[in-house]
Amino acid sequence: MTTNTAAGTEAGGGVVRAAGNGAGAPVALENLSRSFGAVHALHGLSLDIEPGELVALLGPSGCGKTTALRILAGFETADSGSVTVDGKEVSRIPAARRDMGMVFQSYSLFPNMTALDNVGFGLRMRKQRGAHRNQRAGELLEMVGLTDQAKKYPHQMSGGQQQRVALARALAIEPRVLLLDEPLSALDAKVRLQLREQIRSLQQRLGTTTLFVTHDQEEALSMADRVGVMREGRLEQVAVPSVLYAEPATAFVAEFVGTMNRIPGELQGQGEVAALGAVVPVHGETATGLSGEVDVLVRPEGLHLTIQPGGNGIVTLQTFLGSVTRVSVRLSGDVTVKVDRPSSEAAALPPGASVQVSLPGAPVLVDERR
Amino acid sequence: MAAVASVEAEARAPSPASRPARRRSFPVWRWVILLLAGAYFLIPLYAALRFAGLKAFPDIFKQSGFFSAIGLSLRLAVITTLITLVLMVPTTVYVHLRLPGIRRLMEAITILPIVIPPIVLIIGVLKVAPGFLLGTPYLLALVYVILAMPFAYRSLDAGLRSFDLKTMVEASNSLGAGWPVTLWRVVLPNIRTAIMSATVLTVALVLGEFTMASLALYVTFPVWIVQFEQNSGPVSVAASLLALFVTWILLMLIVAIGGRGARRRGGAQVALFTVARQDFSQNMREPE
Repeated sequence: MTTNTAAGTEAGGGVVRAAGNGAGAPVALENLSRSFGAVHALHGLSLDIEPGELVALLGPSGCGKTTALRILAGFETADSGSVTVDGKEVSRIPAARRDMGMVFQSYSLFPNMTALDNVGFGLRMRKQRGAHRNQRAGELLEMVGLTDQAKKYPHQMSGGQQQRVALARALAIEPRVLLLDEPLSALDAKVRLQLREQIRSLQQRLGTTTLFVTHDQEEALSMADRVGVMREGRLEQVAVPSVLYAEPATAFVAEFVGTMNRIPGELQGQGEVAALGAVVPVHGETATGLSGEVDVLVRPEGLHLTIQPGGNGIVTLQTFLGSVTRVSVRLSGDVTVKVDRPSSEAAALPPGASVQVSLPGAPVLVDERR
Repeated sequence: MAAVASVEAEARAPSPASRPARRRSFPVWRWVILLLAGAYFLIPLYAALRFAGLKAFPDIFKQSGFFSAIGLSLRLAVITTLITLVLMVPTTVYVHLRLPGIRRLMEAITILPIVIPPIVLIIGVLKVAPGFLLGTPYLLALVYVILAMPFAYRSLDAGLRSFDLKTMVEASNSLGAGWPVTLWRVVLPNIRTAIMSATVLTVALVLGEFTMASLALYVTFPVWIVQFEQNSGPVSVAASLLALFVTWILLMLIVAIGGRGARRRGGAQVALFTVARQDFSQNMREPE
């Protein structure tokens, strides 16, 4: 347990240091398995988090991401596997002595305490005296921009304010690891967006190692250094957001992150696939076990679209998304694909227009035909 | 004893839509029902007062056994309440956190004392009670703990359901608080209203119970009144009125102490039978 000596020397105030020396602890989850009765929540999950890194676990509900976080927090125990923080195995250490700050999905501020007392609670547990404690709690509240709410009780604050206080409370103890369990999912869209940026910039400034669990891909991609996509208790892929988007390792990742088109194709020999009248290389090793008729997975911006009378498709719908417009095109065989075009060009593609959709030749993912 | 049911449940945010409609029409039926109910309770009290006459009241204190009887009843109330809370609060918290599956079973078990006739209970207890307890107030207090269980359990159960106990406990743990501190600083303050409600119900029960005390040969205040009635009617009726008044004052006192602070925090007001402050079902996490 690290006791906070920083606050005592910071009598001048103003300076906020929440993560001690500014270096978070490295975290290693190794081969974690956990079953609840017949349900296998985790199937040998392994994940390393670098000091100061923010890793997001992304996946549909029931994929085990929350279980992984709760095992790291000490609220669940793994059936097998190990949890190492800063080189030390912590599996047998109770949650109260793990020094991990946590922000919960549901509002978790203590209703019987003011914002200031909530933030000071962890410091009180670390035997900090009243004046120091309040000063430090005040600094943390200032950091999340809620100095004016210090004397308010949770029920007097909005959901977004409560989660910011909860964040300040979690950071007040200078946690070795910060755990965020879908902290934004109860909030409305606008607040969510602001808080997302605030959490990320604070986390980067303080250098706190952070594990973030979410089912919202946009949240994960925009906030995390690396994103781990989970499915049925396993990690499908861990990668930086751009790689995850551009080079998904599996069809599941490809379709869970971003928008994907499925286009009927036919596997040829030598890792090639024929679709939309072209033969293009197959990406990675996903072709194993597949043969003959498959689906080709391509992103909306990965397709070519030209106006061509008698082409292979007809425009059915346009969706304006700002700088780009997403054009829905019906191909033969009742297949509809989405193609992104610059909005300036979209005016020339009214519903009913005949167009030619083609593959540019870049490697594509294939999956079994649905 | 009817005065216990003063329920003050404050709506957290009165809905603006329903307000003007209420103001427009005078709630005739509400007042009719209120007056009828009031008459039902007050007429017997008035009759009792007429029968006893004001002169009978000073005589109560001169009767032999009065002070020992009321003293015993108050002692029983204190002992019973303490044992009940010390037993029931940790048990209920534990059931909520670790064994939510047996909550139905707990409800069934705690209703038993109401189902089993008091005579059966007390005769059973007297047969098996160890000798060192016989004749001491603790024996009766232990029986009363059982009798109070249905009320205490329901109050505490409602209190624990009125906030997100699991998340609060986990938040407290993650901030470095062990079990005793979490219970003392986080759980208890948030079920204060429920504890008060359990206390009020237990005290009311102990002060009014007759059958068990009488069968076990304890002269509690209700037993004393009945014994005494055979000697002097008016004084005995005056004593019952006094008992009613004292009990009422006592309960109001407990409610007042319990409600202090709750208002400031916007928590549930001291509502004796409805404690649930907010439905937390929208916060239920996905099962993972």
